[in-house]
Amino acid sequence: MSTDTNVAVETQFCTFHLTNLMFGIEVERVQEVIRAQPMTGVPLANPVVEGLINLRGQIVTALDLRRRLELPARPEELEPTNIVVRTSVGQLSLLVDRIGDVVDVDQATFEGPPETLEGVARELITGAYKLDGSLLLVLDTEAAVRLPGVV
Amino acid sequence: MSGIDEIVGEFLIESYENLDRYDADLLALEQDPTDAETLSSVFRTIHTIKGTSGFFGFDQLEKLAHVGENLLGRLREGELPLTEEIASALLDTGDTLRRMLGVIEETGEEGDLDVSELAARLTRLYEGEGSAADAVAADEPAEVADEPVAADAPAADEPAPEDQQAYDAQGNPIGRIGDLLSERGKASPEDIAAALAAQESGDARRLGEILVNKGAADPEDVEAYVEEQARSSGRSVSDSSIRVDVGLLDELMNLVGELVLARNQIVQLVNDEQDSRYAGASQRLNLITTELQEGVMKTRMQPIGNVWNKLPRVVRDLSLAVGKRVDLEMVGQDTELDKTIIEAIKDPLTHLVRNAVDHGIELPEVREAAGKPAVGQMTLRAYHEGGQVNIELSDDGKGIDANAVRDKAIKQGVITAEQAAQMVERELLTLIFSAGVSTAQQVTNVSGRGVGMDVVRTNIERIGGSIDIATEIGQGTTIKVKIPLTLAIVPALIVSTSGDRYAIPQLSLIELVRLEGEQARSGIERVHGSPVYRLRGRLLPIVDLSRELERRGDHDEEREVVNIVVLHADGQQFGLIVDDIHDTEEIVVKPLGSHLKDAALFAGATIMGDGRVALILDVMGIAERARVVSETRERADSTEQFAASDITVTERKTLLLVEVGDDRRAAIDLTEVERLEEFDISAIEWGSGREVVQYRDAILPLMRLADALGVGGGYLEEGSMDVVVHTIDGHSVGLVVGKILDIVEQEIRIDHLDDRPEVLGSVVVQGRVTDVLDTHALVGAGGQDSFGSYAGV
Repeated sequence: MSTDTNVAVETQFCTFHLTNLMFGIEVERVQEVIRAQPMTGVPLANPVVEGLINLRGQIVTALDLRRRLELPARPEELEPTNIVVRTSVGQLSLLVDRIGDVVDVDQATFEGPPETLEGVARELITGAYKLDGSLLLVLDTEAAVRLPGVV
Repeated sequence: MSGIDEIVGEFLIESYENLDRYDADLLALEQDPTDAETLSSVFRTIHTIKGTSGFFGFDQLEKLAHVGENLLGRLREGELPLTEEIASALLDTGDTLRRMLGVIEETGEEGDLDVSELAARLTRLYEGEGSAADAVAADEPAEVADEPVAADAPAADEPAPEDQQAYDAQGNPIGRIGDLLSERGKASPEDIAAALAAQESGDARRLGEILVNKGAADPEDVEAYVEEQARSSGRSVSDSSIRVDVGLLDELMNLVGELVLARNQIVQLVNDEQDSRYAGASQRLNLITTELQEGVMKTRMQPIGNVWNKLPRVVRDLSLAVGKRVDLEMVGQDTELDKTIIEAIKDPLTHLVRNAVDHGIELPEVREAAGKPAVGQMTLRAYHEGGQVNIELSDDGKGIDANAVRDKAIKQGVITAEQAAQMVERELLTLIFSAGVSTAQQVTNVSGRGVGMDVVRTNIERIGGSIDIATEIGQGTTIKVKIPLTLAIVPALIVSTSGDRYAIPQLSLIELVRLEGEQARSGIERVHGSPVYRLRGRLLPIVDLSRELERRGDHDEEREVVNIVVLHADGQQFGLIVDDIHDTEEIVVKPLGSHLKDAALFAGATIMGDGRVALILDVMGIAERARVVSETRERADSTEQFAASDITVTERKTLLLVEVGDDRRAAIDLTEVERLEEFDISAIEWGSGREVVQYRDAILPLMRLADALGVGGGYLEEGSMDVVVHTIDGHSVGLVVGKILDIVEQEIRIDHLDDRPEVLGSVVVQGRVTDVLDTHALVGAGGQDSFGSYAGV
């Protein structure tokens, strides 16, 4: 597992929302954030694979983070946002409900995964930063894009 | 190539190239030992390697090249004839040099390959019948070398004499042109000297140009001589070409792919606009892009001869090893193909050629006994046809015995005897591409292990090609391989189903069929539960794309229009039902990401004119998933069969073929068949002393056809049974058959000569005598009364 061990160092996170939870991805992983794109579904693929998008001529696989984290399905009227990230298996787009700000975190506020998280979500979260009034859950991007059954 | 400088790299590339020519030249020399020019070329290759390797301090390399050169020297002087033994030794020398160059390429060092044995062999040959006085040990051959230069002299001091005058530093053919002109009195030596001096003092023009401008020579003479010189030196090509890194070409190809996509988008946008200025510009963009695409594709094209030039050697070595004599003729070496494809077909082609030598061509004495020339003839032919390249390998050997293939395939469990009985010769032959089937009587180190041909087919199909085989016993075999020109940009048919668009590579496409109205509702029939369509009398298995993609439930019966795309995969045809058929388009194939690598139904993705992504269907993958590839083998040839059995005609009927009892066959008029069903054997119940099953909210009495016809045959304990539902006067009866085989259309003559009342007559179907059943009589014989007791079924 490539859980980033340097999260305790001064870090910037790109934040985003899924259901009522706030997550963060290390800023340097994020290539760009783009609004909802026309999506081409891939029949018989892993359900986490939402489809393919055209990113300026490159075909990028989009993964639905809600499904990956086994959260309730996204309401139809809610258009997802693409966060295009660089991973060890190439460019991928992660679909989230809403994009948030880029935040600087104080390493002193870092803790392990909160007890309230269960199941898959807990495995894909390296820990949490306590911000004012909310928790920032740090997504283990490499683990999140590694789908069960896909090598 | 790490750690060695560029100069050594260039030496390696040049030496490899020269050695390739060296092989070809040697083989040509074997055919015509008197060809002095070819001999010189061989000599020069070795000489250059010797000189350059000495310069770099590759001592072993130099030593081997040196003894080789000595031997060639004697050949060149006409002191020794080129025997087969010498040719083999020289070819081995080339191989060893290549190996040594390979070691240098990998490590930058010469390594410690032992060449003493080969060197001794060359020396022995060199000494030949020559007097003892000429004989010199391999370690001091310099003393007798024809070249006056010592072996360890640096290459720079020792250019081959042939090259000495040919070119100056700029590649100008100064000396030669001057010589030619003055020798033949077309220009005075003084003028030539003056022109040379002018060049040396910085005149950039070519010698001929200077002379012509000064009026010292006739332009026509100069042109003629330049041409002559170009012909004799054979180097003119290198003047007009440069080396380009393949990576750069790949990058260019990618960019052109992007441009094609952008072009497609622009063209589509402009079509929506009314402004004619845009239309004009977009049309130009369209044309230029197309030309650029073709141009860049050409840069990656290589003549197929690049792969073939190794084959004469393969044929020569192999035929010597197995004691055969084979003449390989190659036609169409200039046919060009994309570099990636050239690489992909290299191994399969070599394998096919080896196979042809090893089991195609017979031994000389066998050939002579059969009245054929002792030397076997093999022809390799390549040509363009319809955007593809065809490669044919034909031999005049013993051909392939389809029955032997069949027996072997049955023995290896590739097919069952029943399946084999229904296969025609062409299908049997394709079995040699199955794993484990080889008809070689003996397993040699070359072939006969039954691995290989399946790999050949897999490799060819992987690049979108196909392979076909035709053979005649005693006359020879022809293997035909069809491959696409390029893989990056392919023409494709765009279809849509369940709201999504898909691209189907044109290469797999045969035709399009559209069914409307009544045809749309009833055109698709079912055989054994599988949908089929009768395309010109032939049964075409049907695959519903949306169902294969699990995109929608089963409601194809409601369609007003059925679009069928007829495709071929693995030598079989099948029809793919789609919602709509759009245009054909040039698409750029893009790979799928790692999350979709195991999606066998898709060969990649592409970006359409509107910027959206469309998936490219993998026709082979769909055929496999829908299982049409294996199932259709049994049916593929029904049409030919009934055309052949030309019985005196009275009636044309569509017959359902079934298997009854132990491998007996029977046919039922299709108009008598209500439905075909499959029941689980455990579903059989007993009612009124008969076997019955529950069927469509009613009870269906069953009749065992094997019992009714008295042919016997065991009852299955479990599994499923095939039932033909026959309805008469509102009553249904289920005829239990061993297996439902096929539907054929056939002219039959009903003679009623048969003494069995339940048999209308006999016909030959697919090469087998088949009883046509009289269902009315049959059901009557089974006891109409008892069936009637289920009135209302």
